[in-house]
Amino acid sequence: MIQPHGKTLINKELPKMEKENILGEIEEYYRKSVNPQTTKVIKNIAFGVFSPLEGFMDSNNYQYVLKDMYLENNVAWPFPIVLDASESETQEFGVDDSIILMGERGLPLAIMNINDIFDYEKKEFAQIVYGTLDRNHPGVESVYNMKEKLIGGEIFLLNEPAPIFPKLDLKPMETRVLFKQKKWDKVVAFQTRNPPHLGHEYIQKAGLTYVDGLFINPVIGKKKVGDFKDEVIIESYQALINEYFPKDRVVLSTFETEMRYAGPKEAIFHAIARKNYGCDHIIIGRDHAGVGDYYGPYDAHDIFDKFPDLGIEPIKFRSFSKCSKCNAVVNDKICPHPPEMQNYFAGRDIRAALLAGKHPDIEVMRPEVAEVILRYENPFVE
Amino acid sequence: MNEDERKVEYTTVSIPKPLANKIKERMKGTGFSSVSSYVTYVLRQLLSSIESEEKSTQAFTKEEEEKVIQRLRDLGYID
Repeated sequence: MIQPHGKTLINKELPKMEKENILGEIEEYYRKSVNPQTTKVIKNIAFGVFSPLEGFMDSNNYQYVLKDMYLENNVAWPFPIVLDASESETQEFGVDDSIILMGERGLPLAIMNINDIFDYEKKEFAQIVYGTLDRNHPGVESVYNMKEKLIGGEIFLLNEPAPIFPKLDLKPMETRVLFKQKKWDKVVAFQTRNPPHLGHEYIQKAGLTYVDGLFINPVIGKKKVGDFKDEVIIESYQALINEYFPKDRVVLSTFETEMRYAGPKEAIFHAIARKNYGCDHIIIGRDHAGVGDYYGPYDAHDIFDKFPDLGIEPIKFRSFSKCSKCNAVVNDKICPHPPEMQNYFAGRDIRAALLAGKHPDIEVMRPEVAEVILRYENPFVE
Repeated sequence: MNEDERKVEYTTVSIPKPLANKIKERMKGTGFSSVSSYVTYVLRQLLSSIESEEKSTQAFTKEEEEKVIQRLRDLGYID
């Protein structure tokens, strides 16, 4: 099986006794509240989804990643993973202090050993990571909403935040054992934030044809208005798998993280996380993790050429469509027929049908999938 | 932090001039902007292929694995 990114699967859980000691003395620490997105980052670092990261980046790694897309130790990493703090917060602690990161409802999530407190330029951050300063881009907007300082340092988990879908919440160590149990040596990952249409099913099955297993790994977490709700995505995939996939060849599990819509850089990030889960291939479609027209449709394909040492291999798909002449789902490499014979699974058409309470064309979406979506009065994030 | 501290660090490696010239020729039309960026790419590729041959340092203890297998059973991922 593929090695974790950076060769070691990170585990930042504390031994029980040490954890109890810290929690027993919690009043003595400065306690910093973090939002649900940062809570997910903490969990992902702690259980190795973000291996080799062991905490939030210090200024050296921040600069290396921003300028070079490599960490200081020469491991590829596409964008900074940082923790922001206000000027007034940073008056309360200093380098070499330990603080407690607090989640929702006062849950102590992690202890953080601070090794750096530094300034950063929001414009530089946004421009380099997102390629734009347009605040209509949700990633840029969230950078501008960050506090003025960044704090770096290693974290250790005190309490695991409750998963959104407990039965689908697998950690990298668990997926690695699962793949081993299933005798899957080669695994292809599929990243998604949408319910599946037939085009998705086609590329998943095309990818699966050449490996042992398919790991469908929807992103669960903060998304932009108009995206499908998490529960709609999960239930629609369960319906698809039940009816149309060989059960011993597919695993569905969630990846709790926010969508940053960083396009090509996020494709690299998605690949690294799936490598840590034990996948050696990842399907990268058109405009992966894009939003609006900030990125070219195949930028997320091209960026992989810059990382000869990533380990996980992208399976790149360009456009796919239902060809009326072939009477099959095809892609532009294998079908000679003109655009007027193609149905391109346009998201807006699918969405329009669903909003009207109708099943999309059966050649576009499986009726079982449409049924799940139509059960929801509003399947979209508001 | 001053400007110097913010810079990503680089070091200089000497290579024979004829090799550098050969790399310059090879680089044409590849999109690489300098011999340094080309050599960095090639070295990363080489190191990666060596490292991928090495065995994973990650080994789960039997006990950890059994615990995970039980959880996977409880969740319905394995029979």
